[in-house]
Amino acid sequence: MRKRLIVPGVDPKLLIKDAAKLLPDPARRQFLRGAVGLGALTLLTGCDIVDSDAAEGTLRKISKFNDRVQAAIFDPHKLAPTYPESAITRPFPFNAYYSEDEAPVVDGASYKLEIAGLVDNKKPWTLEELNALPQEKQITRHICVEGWSAIGSWTGIRLSDFLQRIGADTRAKYVYFTCAEGYSNTIDMPTALHPQTQMTLKFADETLPRKYGFPMKIRIPTKLGYKNPKYVVSLAVTNDDRGGYWEDQGYNWFGGS
Amino acid sequence: MAAGLASEIGSYHHCISDYPFVRLFAGDQPDDDNRELQRLIAMHTQTTSSSALTVRPTIAAPAIHPPWVRITHWINAIAMLVMIGSGWQIYNASPLFDFVFPRSITLGGWLAGALQWHFAAMWVLGINGFVYLMLGIATGRFRRKFFPIRVSDIFKDAFAALRGKLSHEDLSVYNAVQKVLYLGVILAGVVVVLSGLAIWKPVQFQELTAFFGGYDTARYVHFGAMAAIVGFLVIHIAVALLVPKSIRAMVTGR
Repeated sequence: MRKRLIVPGVDPKLLIKDAAKLLPDPARRQFLRGAVGLGALTLLTGCDIVDSDAAEGTLRKISKFNDRVQAAIFDPHKLAPTYPESAITRPFPFNAYYSEDEAPVVDGASYKLEIAGLVDNKKPWTLEELNALPQEKQITRHICVEGWSAIGSWTGIRLSDFLQRIGADTRAKYVYFTCAEGYSNTIDMPTALHPQTQMTLKFADETLPRKYGFPMKIRIPTKLGYKNPKYVVSLAVTNDDRGGYWEDQGYNWFGGS
Repeated sequence: MAAGLASEIGSYHHCISDYPFVRLFAGDQPDDDNRELQRLIAMHTQTTSSSALTVRPTIAAPAIHPPWVRITHWINAIAMLVMIGSGWQIYNASPLFDFVFPRSITLGGWLAGALQWHFAAMWVLGINGFVYLMLGIATGRFRRKFFPIRVSDIFKDAFAALRGKLSHEDLSVYNAVQKVLYLGVILAGVVVVLSGLAIWKPVQFQELTAFFGGYDTARYVHFGAMAAIVGFLVIHIAVALLVPKSIRAMVTGR
């Protein structure tokens, strides 16, 4: 993925050290000073000329700092804009790290949502039981980290209602979701309790189609698309951050919009 | 001789008020400026006779750009390059137009890497830009350097520039084309930051997003502001290379 300008298996630091040893003293100093400049240049171009680990570490730290900034910016009472039916994007795009025909097929009849972590009642929920709970509908904008956006219509259970129903400890820091295909997501509790954060069972008033996450997705209009997991099979209330599929690869953890 | 000295004193007078700390803390009154001027002239005459005193006059010697302008300029240059390079990589993930930027000129390697660069450099760009704007207003530099702009001068100077006859003899005075370009790129910088915030936080800052015509339109505004800045950079760098002493002035101040 990254451009490697150094032969694999060669430690850039040792290489420079060896090369510097071959030089007479003043030239060596000059060379090392040049190497420092080269390091700065590396930071600018993102190439692995000298050592990109330091730059990558710094960037990850700043991304963590940005998580805290976003948590501070997040207003639990601010609602994402809603739209009329006429604004719905048709067809609503399918998006995943696999193609549409590779999307998981979940059997609705045998489906059970597993509950774990800091909750009083860990009884799993069948699809029938979930469908029997009070539902809400929202027409909101789904914004992808890639930049595109699409407006969709989602109907389901308010997550905060469900957390209350199962006796979740809402003082915990996170809610963690796992999905049928191995996708996962950790979200912050304030977002989990946001009135528009939804356990979605329907898209455009119809049973959630397979391509949009049958039997259940978590719809979070205050977060980017990759923080809206589909094919959700388990929910855990937790105090430890268990990361997520994309977050672990370098995408911002908070992913707020 | 007398005219030469007068113009030199004039430029001394001009430049001393360019130092924000001198101006802000050593007095803003015309009387103070005059006293400052006399002190400078006295120092200037001493330099020739005593080498021991050379250090102090060099501190107060004429500078085309005060230190805060040079520092914020180069920090901005680096931050802009990072923002543009990573921004192009982010653009490629979902292009607005029928083209993508060649990967070799983008920054970050892939989308997540580019986003990390973009949301790290945004702090540098934003804070540095804010400091520059505040100092530019507070020191009066913007008012002195960019105004007045006369429409007739813009055409006259633009025509002269195209014929290669626009003088850059006195780097401390901006011609009308420079004034328009510098004010224009400052405006583009403000728009690029605000539209960036609008697409970063379309829920939390939804009023700002609505101001830019909604999320999708704000992306085009963000792109347009970037394109304006890149267009400025092409002219800016080309002209700087044609007048190399302008680069020296932005590095050393002279």
